[in-house]
Amino acid sequence: MTMANTTIGRAGRALAAAAALGLAGLSAAPAQAAGETVKPPAQSWSFSGPFGKYDAGQLQRGFKIYSEVCASCHALSLVAFRNLHEYGGPGFTEDQARAIAEDHKVQDGPNDAGEMFERPGRLSDRFPKPFPNENAARAANGGAYPPDFSLLAKARTYERGFPTFLFDIVTQYQEQGPDYIHALLTGYAEPKHGEKPPRPGLHYNTYFPGHWIAMAQPIQDGQVEYTDGTPATVDQYGKDIAAFMMWAAEPHMAARKGTGMVVLIFLLIFGALLYFTKRRVWSAVH
Amino acid sequence: MQGHSTYQPKGVAKWFEDRLPIVGLIHSSAVAYPVPRNLNYFWTFGGILTFMLVAQILTGVVLAMHYTPETTKAFLSVEKIMRDVNYGWLLRYLHANGASMFFIAVYIHIFRGLYYGSYKAPREVLWILGVLIFLLMMATAFMGYVLPWGQMSFWGATVITNLFSALPGVGTAIVTWLWGGFSVDNPTLNRFFALHYLLPFMIAGIVGLHIWALHHVGQNNPTGVEVKDFRKETVPFTPYATLKDAFALVCFIAFFSWFVFYTPNYLGHADNYIEANPLVTPAHIVPEWYFLPFYAILRAIPSKLGGVLMMFGAIAVLFILPWLDTSKVRSAKYRPMFQIFFWIFAANAVLLGWLGSRPAVEPYVTISRFSTFWYFFHFLVILPVLGLTEKTRPVPNSIADSVLGGAPATPASAVAAPERNG
Ligand code: HEC
Ligand code: HEM
Repeated sequence: MTMANTTIGRAGRALAAAAALGLAGLSAAPAQAAGETVKPPAQSWSFSGPFGKYDAGQLQRGFKIYSEVCASCHALSLVAFRNLHEYGGPGFTEDQARAIAEDHKVQDGPNDAGEMFERPGRLSDRFPKPFPNENAARAANGGAYPPDFSLLAKARTYERGFPTFLFDIVTQYQEQGPDYIHALLTGYAEPKHGEKPPRPGLHYNTYFPGHWIAMAQPIQDGQVEYTDGTPATVDQYGKDIAAFMMWAAEPHMAARKGTGMVVLIFLLIFGALLYFTKRRVWSAVH
Repeated sequence: MQGHSTYQPKGVAKWFEDRLPIVGLIHSSAVAYPVPRNLNYFWTFGGILTFMLVAQILTGVVLAMHYTPETTKAFLSVEKIMRDVNYGWLLRYLHANGASMFFIAVYIHIFRGLYYGSYKAPREVLWILGVLIFLLMMATAFMGYVLPWGQMSFWGATVITNLFSALPGVGTAIVTWLWGGFSVDNPTLNRFFALHYLLPFMIAGIVGLHIWALHHVGQNNPTGVEVKDFRKETVPFTPYATLKDAFALVCFIAFFSWFVFYTPNYLGHADNYIEANPLVTPAHIVPEWYFLPFYAILRAIPSKLGGVLMMFGAIAVLFILPWLDTSKVRSAKYRPMFQIFFWIFAANAVLLGWLGSRPAVEPYVTISRFSTFWYFFHFLVILPVLGLTEKTRPVPNSIADSVLGGAPATPASAVAAPERNG
């Protein structure tokens, strides 16, 4: 960090802290609202519910979209190439995963001469970022920062409202993120009532909080070729990339749900045995 | 306390017992300890809480082996735990959801005490130790939530630590001292990690005192009448309470597992999956659910200092509760008016929690003020007055009478006479 950056950082932090105090509602001023939000329609996901699993074919299609379209702006920095062939994921073979790794240039070094160099990726590498740093990413995107995809599907949500949020515990609804991402990709539209963007370079989207997003519609019908007969529509692309992003954010979901079932069955049997033992023992004093 | 241990060791065990009577201590407190026979399942939450404390310490210590308390690495180290550490996702989800389960159990445990009058003599110290544990739990969970260094970690820490700046004169100096700098930053994260590691062991110490006090005065029970005849009215802890507690614990673990394995992020905030960024304030800064009622009280008061004082007052009032409730009758079972007010209080507490999750705008602000008023009104006015004026139902002479259907001895329509309240 340069000196100038540090100073700006300090000032910004102080300002931000002051803003937070206002937000704590110590004044009754309305919180800086994120803008009007429209509920994304719920999609059906192969990975929802207690037996949910990622659909390997869908993750592979999502990965294709990511590689061909989104990777030029969005990083995937927490995902390693080896993850592509691990249990519960897109189901590539180890050789396929290695080939994908080798298609990527990864910076390494310094070498014996003290220089950084590029080499083909290995399974243990993580996906290289499209931009060297946030400033470069902003410079290339009109000042907006394309967020890293690694956790985005868990970092986006919308309010479920009462009493739906209580039912969600029982129905195990956890797919706000993928629903939102799908809605975002299919939600580009003409602005309502001919609204004008607050600043140039913003695009109207029904589902983006506040509606004006810096990303132009990233994908059009037919843009990515599917070889498995799946329709090449924006709607389908939206589902596939959202599923892929959910996997990127939660790669161990299959193991988690599988383990959960074993644990619950064990607890059910153990609990029942305890219950009858307890009844038997207590029957002497009742 | 009666019901002494029947532990009579022989041989080496006797030799050891003569030198350190620890096995006898365990035997007397976990095997022979007399338990009122009429306890219901609300009495199993003490055991559940002990289990949760141990579970948090075990998962926490292993997490700490992989966690890095440094602002540029903390968030990534938690993600590494989630992705690369074997069963790291399980450890982290157990620990994060475990904190919520811990609070669900402690709230049930506290409300059990409020309902059955478990804070009354001779259990005042036992109750106060419990409130201390609750305070330490809140401090621990607050600092733990800062560790993953997400947006909500950072901004929650900023908002809450900033509250101390309301103190007149010394406020700003105290906040700078808490932060170890001029904003929540690396020194803050480091000390929060150190304290987050330390406090659970202090909790464990106070839990020891809490249980010691409990075993000295004996358990309360749904009738609120003290045990009179140990032979007829109590059963030995093992196997009776052990089995009942174990069954309740397994049910609780099943509930816990549901969250851990199927909806692990339900109780968290999406914003905490974004790395902390001091330059970007989240649209809504909301604390974890278990702090929401207190957060609502904080925001209900138009002055910052007033809000802070009321928030701490909401817990302080629990410390003096044993002397605020003037009723001689312990259990709500025999206090029809108190029962009504108890449920109003409970509903109001839930309402406060919901209000804490709303933005600070109308109509929520006004409702919060009424709700906050009622919270204090319940403790400071209703409880003292009710105890003096309420018509109670006949209280059974003894647990045996109530369980075995004996005739009530206290005359019906007895009004708790003030002179009997001392
Ligand atoms: C030309 C660069 C570019 C490409 C290509 C691109 N995006 Fe974006 N994306 C952006 C920018 C810039 C933002 C930040 C928008 C903002 O904050 O207003 C963004 C934001 C997003 C967001 C976050 C919205 C939110 O709620 O904050 C999602 C989701 C997203 N993009 C998905 C995609 C997908 C899926 C693809 C590939 C099909 C894609 N993007 C391709 C530039 C791009
Ligand atoms: C009273 C018991 C405890 C409670 C209530 C508690 C609570 C919490 C909470 C709420 C979090 C944030 C979880 C998240 O959202 O990620 C957390 C994180 C953490 N805790 Fe604890 N904790 C307790 C005991 C401990 C102990 C004893 C240790 C270590 C010895 C520990 C180590 C950690 C670590 C390393 C993290 C960061 C990793 C993570 O975020 O998952 N905790 N704790």
